Amino acid sequence: MTGFLIRRLFGIAVTLLVVCAVTFCIFYLLPSDPAVQFCGKDCPPDRVAQVRQQMGLNAPLIVQFGRYVLAIFAGRSMGTGNYVVQCHFPCFGYSFQSGRPVWDLMMDRLPTSASLAIGAAVIWLLLGLAAGVLSALRKNTWIDRTVMVGTIGMAALPVYFTAMILLYVVVAVLGLMPYPRYVAFTDDPVGWFQNLLLPWVTLALTFAAIYARMTRSSVIETLAEPYVRTARAKGLPERRVVGRHGLRPALTPIATMLGMDLGGLLAGALITESLFGLPGVGKLFADSLAKSDQPVVMGITLLASFFIIMSNLVVDLVYAWIDPRARVS
Amino acid sequence: MTLLEVNDLAVEFNTAEGTVQAVKGIDFAVERGRTLGIVGESGSGKSVTSLAVMGLHRGAKVTGSVRFDGTELIGAPDETVRKLRGRRMAMVFQDALTALHPYFTIGDQIAEAHREHHGSSRKESWARAVEVLGDVGIPEPARRAGEYPHQFSGGMRQRAMIALALSCEPDLIIADEPTTALDVTVQAQVLDLLMRLKEERGLGIIVITHDLGVIARVADEVLVMYGGSAVEQAPADTLFTSPRHPYTRGLLDSLPRLDAADGEPLHAIPGNPPSLLAPPAGCVFHPRCPVYAAADTGQRELCTAGRPKLRLVASEHRNACVHLGETA
Amino acid sequence: MTVRQDTLTEAPLLEVSDLGMTFPAPRGGLRRSAGIKAVDGVSFGVAAGETLGLVGESGCGKSTTGRMLVRLLDPTAGRVDFEGKDITRIGQREMRPLRSRMQIIFQDPFASLNPRQTVQQIISAPLRAQGTDAAVIRREVRDLVGLVGLSPEHLERYPHQFSGGQAQRIGIARALATRPALVVADEPVSALDVSIQAQIVGLMERLQRELGVAYVFIAHDLAVVKHISHRVAVMYLGRIVEIGDREEVYDRPAHPYTNALLSAVPLPDPVAERARERIVLLGDPPSPANPPAGCTFHPRCPKVQDICRSEPPLLRISGPGQRQVACHFPEN
Repeated sequence: MTGFLIRRLFGIAVTLLVVCAVTFCIFYLLPSDPAVQFCGKDCPPDRVAQVRQQMGLNAPLIVQFGRYVLAIFAGRSMGTGNYVVQCHFPCFGYSFQSGRPVWDLMMDRLPTSASLAIGAAVIWLLLGLAAGVLSALRKNTWIDRTVMVGTIGMAALPVYFTAMILLYVVVAVLGLMPYPRYVAFTDDPVGWFQNLLLPWVTLALTFAAIYARMTRSSVIETLAEPYVRTARAKGLPERRVVGRHGLRPALTPIATMLGMDLGGLLAGALITESLFGLPGVGKLFADSLAKSDQPVVMGITLLASFFIIMSNLVVDLVYAWIDPRARVS
Repeated sequence: MTLLEVNDLAVEFNTAEGTVQAVKGIDFAVERGRTLGIVGESGSGKSVTSLAVMGLHRGAKVTGSVRFDGTELIGAPDETVRKLRGRRMAMVFQDALTALHPYFTIGDQIAEAHREHHGSSRKESWARAVEVLGDVGIPEPARRAGEYPHQFSGGMRQRAMIALALSCEPDLIIADEPTTALDVTVQAQVLDLLMRLKEERGLGIIVITHDLGVIARVADEVLVMYGGSAVEQAPADTLFTSPRHPYTRGLLDSLPRLDAADGEPLHAIPGNPPSLLAPPAGCVFHPRCPVYAAADTGQRELCTAGRPKLRLVASEHRNACVHLGETA
Repeated sequence: MTVRQDTLTEAPLLEVSDLGMTFPAPRGGLRRSAGIKAVDGVSFGVAAGETLGLVGESGCGKSTTGRMLVRLLDPTAGRVDFEGKDITRIGQREMRPLRSRMQIIFQDPFASLNPRQTVQQIISAPLRAQGTDAAVIRREVRDLVGLVGLSPEHLERYPHQFSGGQAQRIGIARALATRPALVVADEPVSALDVSIQAQIVGLMERLQRELGVAYVFIAHDLAVVKHISHRVAVMYLGRIVEIGDREEVYDRPAHPYTNALLSAVPLPDPVAERARERIVLLGDPPSPANPPAGCTFHPRCPKVQDICRSEPPLLRISGPGQRQVACHFPEN
């Protein structure tokens, strides 16, 4: 087990390094000059040159990359002469726009994105699993057909459309709540909940539809397994046959999917955050991309890869916990 | 009282292509301490029959009568049948690797059945699991009970499957192709185990198989099925020495045998098994039957007139062929 | 290894010497083993027009051996000579003309037939690969379907429209299209119903008489192998433990494993079954990933002695004919 973990963590480190290198190369190849971006549009050429020097942009690509990676772990002094800033661990550089450290920017936004992702996941799991299991157990009845038609419609709706409809009906027509704005959980838990409700539902609906369909087919498949028939042949009540012998294996692939989706969303639900004006990582990414704020874009790319890769590991561990065949001896 | 009595059993499925008459008009009985072998090829309805007896036919229409120790099971409340299942009649399936749950330990799976039917505690039921694992010849049962099915070898897994069936001390065990997934040397061990259990515990056993060798080895009584119908039934010795139905004869003649003289040719049954969606009229076997082929028009009409049922042709010997009844 | 002296004076059609296949060990865990010896030091010959039966239980390496004979797998040791030519070390281009001389048929007839091709297309594929003239192909295919007991109207149908037995006939027709000298048949009847098995076995025997094709017939069913084979090789854990004429091996088995295997097969005769003396082996066959030392059969052998635990026995001639057995204490 320890050996497995060590090998996996090593693999993760290598993967992250590769992601880092690829992203770095992409930004290096872009036509826009970071020095110009940093200095501003009307910056005189000698000032641009100075900035280039300060940012270390004259060094070869490999050296720049080395410095970037090293800084993440060890921090870094930036600039030359008397214009030196100490960028502390973990250093992802400074935003061209705000001049603040990228790490601080991301950490400021992370709670919002995490709140959105986790809350939405709870909703879509409850909805999706309930609908999927119900549909599977009532296969080919009107319940099943209704769920299937409903979910295919829901899965097809774009998020911005759902968001607009929800906002229009709930906020504008019914006036049930004010237009959502982000309130930190630590400041006002009730406000946090109320304001996130619409974004949660918006984000969750599409996922719920997909999860319902996945769950349905997985449950139907599992209930046809010989071991479920064995459970019935033992004389167990149907409730126990389905609950203990059927659902656990049926939900294993769902757990895998959840891990992946959640990992991706932690680093920002770009569209939903933008639609509701939530100050999350996704919104930060969209804004930075629009303004070519390369250090921020790169930092978020790495953060997202980190979350996805780590959730992959968590999924594997959970899998081994659920399914003894997947355990490493 | 007869342990299991099946009369005029019929099972129908609705499929996308139409109604499948999987089994029609089956009668048989099993006594305590006896083994009934049901033999047939794929599509003969032998497995469907066993599932119908156990009440495990899902989505099928079952008619006729299944009396277990005097209790009628067809039309009985689900709870009545469920409480007998696993407790008084248990099932051993073909492939233990897929029939045992991959997520639970062997001991847990056996103990669960015992808890359900006896209301025993976790500790008691686990002790019972270890005990039956020992009974079926699993070495170090206390340790192996804590292992998962994938950690067992094929033969050991099938023993564990039998232990599961035995855990609540049933009166009847239905074994559906219990050794088909096993190698021949391991098959011999498992068949010996089943026979020992029958002797020691006075179990009634139904062994369902396509393998006439397995039938000859374990069965006291044999029922031959073809295309959803019973075609012949007799004590094992009688059936193998003087088979009367043309299908039984054809099957025995088509079998390559280890004890055959060299150069003895095989006599294949021509043609292919019937489609259950559109079975031939009358006797299901007639399109492949040598007797039908040799018969004149008048005799042929007997074969196609209606599906023949088993009738007594000699002491304890029943045959469904309209031609080779009393005279063969 | 012992040198095989063939009973026939001419060079055999197929000569297999010291064939071995080691699969890399599956990754996982920190421990790395040396690899799994699926086949180890297998030697035998097949004469033109004869049938060699290859029997053994699951995991004994019989299918792996079959696949190496036609080079669906490249052996990791030893050589296969076909019609006097070593085919283990030749390139694909040199192999191509030989492919038409040696064919293989598989257990699951449906899995080996392309579901989107008609029978005509399936059977003619090997001929088209050879560049045969279209008119000749049409005539040949009609002959072939007749030969395997199908009718010309079957030619325009697709595999799913056939039963298992008929599908296997199609597979046989395809294998015979190029008039091969050797057909490797890997469990060709074990997926079929008993009444259909006899049809296919009968067909294969008739085709051998009419076309003079040689078979390597791989199966776990000892009765079927006895029926069709002239000579039989018994495999256990990657090695041949006994090989010889069918009568020798079946009537006077010399290896304790062959003996136990034969006595474990239930006879379709209850009276004979009760009268029979049976050798019941203990345990399951061991995993090829972790074979026992010495004679690999020793943990299950009723005749085991000290030497069996340390010394692996070599195949040696034992008894009349050319029967060979790998046992320190063969029965006679």
